[in-house]
Amino acid sequence: MNRYLPLSILALAILAFATLMLVIAPGMQIDARSVPAGLRDYTEAQQRGRDVYVAMGCVYCHSQQPRSPDQAPDGERGWGRPSVASDYVFDAPHQLGTMRTGPDLLNVGARLPSEDWHLTHLYQPRAIFDWSIMPAYPFLFEHKQQAETDDTIVILPPAYAPEDGVVVAGPDALDLVAYLQALDRTYPTPTDGLRDDGYASGPSADASSVEEGDG
Amino acid sequence: MPITLGLLLALSFVVSLLALAFLIWAISNRQITIDQHDAETVFEPGEERGDAGEETQLHKFDPVQAGIDQISSRPVLVLITAATLWLVAGSFFGLIASLKLHWPDWLDFAAPLTFGRMRTLHLNLVVYGWLSQAGVASVVWIIPRIFHTPLRRPKPVLWGASLWNIGVTLGALAIARGWTDGEEWLEIPWQVDILLAAGGACFIAPLIQTARARQVHHIYVSGWYFLAAILWFPVLFVVANLPLYGGAQEATINWWFAHNVLGLWLTPLGVGAAYYFIPKIIGKPIYSYAVSLLGFWGLALFYSQVGIHHLIGGPVPTWLVTLSVVHSVMMFIPVIAVAINQHVTVAMNLWALKESIPLRFISFGAVMYTLASFQGSIEALRSVNTITHFTQYTVGHAHLGAYAFVSLVMFGAIYQILPRATGRVFPWPGLLKLHFWLVAIGFAIYFFALSIGGVLQGLAMLDATRPFRDSVEVVLPYLQARSVGGALMTLGHLVFALNLLGLALAARGESATTVAAE
Repeated sequence: MNRYLPLSILALAILAFATLMLVIAPGMQIDARSVPAGLRDYTEAQQRGRDVYVAMGCVYCHSQQPRSPDQAPDGERGWGRPSVASDYVFDAPHQLGTMRTGPDLLNVGARLPSEDWHLTHLYQPRAIFDWSIMPAYPFLFEHKQQAETDDTIVILPPAYAPEDGVVVAGPDALDLVAYLQALDRTYPTPTDGLRDDGYASGPSADASSVEEGDG
Repeated sequence: MPITLGLLLALSFVVSLLALAFLIWAISNRQITIDQHDAETVFEPGEERGDAGEETQLHKFDPVQAGIDQISSRPVLVLITAATLWLVAGSFFGLIASLKLHWPDWLDFAAPLTFGRMRTLHLNLVVYGWLSQAGVASVVWIIPRIFHTPLRRPKPVLWGASLWNIGVTLGALAIARGWTDGEEWLEIPWQVDILLAAGGACFIAPLIQTARARQVHHIYVSGWYFLAAILWFPVLFVVANLPLYGGAQEATINWWFAHNVLGLWLTPLGVGAAYYFIPKIIGKPIYSYAVSLLGFWGLALFYSQVGIHHLIGGPVPTWLVTLSVVHSVMMFIPVIAVAINQHVTVAMNLWALKESIPLRFISFGAVMYTLASFQGSIEALRSVNTITHFTQYTVGHAHLGAYAFVSLVMFGAIYQILPRATGRVFPWPGLLKLHFWLVAIGFAIYFFALSIGGVLQGLAMLDATRPFRDSVEVVLPYLQARSVGGALMTLGHLVFALNLLGLALAARGESATTVAAE
């Protein structure tokens, strides 16, 4: 270990090998999958809402990757079927997340479709769940003495309502809710669905993966 | 297709094992000549202690070394100052984020203050502002010393520091304003990343030039880690920040990058610094120099492929996850190799921990490297990961690596470097000890709170009979405890900054001889 060039070439070659294994090979495999029939690209409002989701850093507490029943009861909690790589083809940047301070949101639009619910919850989560530790986002809303005709009024329990006037949703709040409502991957798992099946084991697991494939 | 990929997986593992076998063969057959004598490269003539611990010769200020340090000292001081400022700022953002998890209605009136941005500011400032710059400062200090030649082109390092700090500042403003690339560890917008890349290039070119102009035959082990890291990080940073990817594929790139920032950037900086300062402070070469080769190449081979353990159970191919799990476990090999070298050297010279505060920081950090890596290997096992993934346990683990290991080594390195770079001594030695105990106790509270809380949180989430709220309520007291630990750590960082300020204001004139013999 006395020469600079061999050291650096070998070090870079090892990194290149790792890149081949961790980035290029899986990238090719993921790219080869077709777009699921049930998946729609985001509308403009939904995409704007997605940008708000990204900018607020929702991903630091909410994952978007339900696990398989072999591993965890995510399905029983209503978070949806195990997700596969092609469920995310329209997602850039990806928001898979690594933390569940709050619940998984990949199917929150199917689980909680109400715009009113989401607006109330975003304005003050504790108006709905007193145990919630989610941040409130009052700066996405406007306090008005009187609502105008095209305003969306936020429904609030007396404890969280302003003393006078109303709280109406700002454009970012409406877009964000449009995105949350669009989070719905309840269509059947694509037959070529790709995911980590490392928790499946034994004959029953094989059967369930066939089922998923058929589903 | 699955067969092909299974083969790829097997291939990767076989290649790594073959490489390792080749390395062991090469060492045992002296194809790579390296012996215990090479471990003494770090010493100046007469600096090494005799077997009984007595100094073979009184420490003398070595004029050659003085010439070397004199040229490195300016860029090193600039980098350390900037790093310290980001550490203090980053700690406050971290503390605010921590408090907001149990006081959710505190500071909720403006978007920049929301949890998602405070947490992101914390991570980016401590990783890119503090750890990276403190690490580069150590590299700029150590490389000329182990190569016995002055730093080439110190000016570009200063330009690099300016560009880098402008980049971190703009990145922080962008994140606060909600302009982000939206992936963990990669939030700084790629447009701003161009500045960081340019700054990084200004750090790296002079270091490579210095390495190529070295006046010693042997490249000391710290040099391997540093020279590899300054090549690895630019590749990782540029490739991962290209705005080309999306979907599940982007997730694999995200975690390939994020874990390699730890494995191929911060870890080699920390391990390399520890490999230099531990023998240097004690005055004895490291325990078994040949084993250090195994540690280095093992790190390169295995650490580079562990990233996808962040996506266990996720929408990425099974073989890929398994590959990362296997390599995570293989990390035991290089980690044990480093542990043998560093801990045995310290354990045979325990007296030195009492004498030297910098050594106390560095060897505490080195022990934490061993623990963090062991923990990481175990955490990557599927059975364990099912519980800890998606919980605060992961945050505790990340801080064991990035904080208790890398940051503590950097504290020690800075305390060791500064008196030599400035010719002054710290005016309040007691405050160095206070700093140590504040961060050590603060971190212990932080780590145990999140580890226990995280496991309880994970178990609650896995139990289908318990509602989701249980997982929130069970972790809450531990989040409060974490804020206490984090507050102590932040206080420690203020003491650290105060120590540096004290040194800056102290009168020069303490003789350099006193410093060298401290």
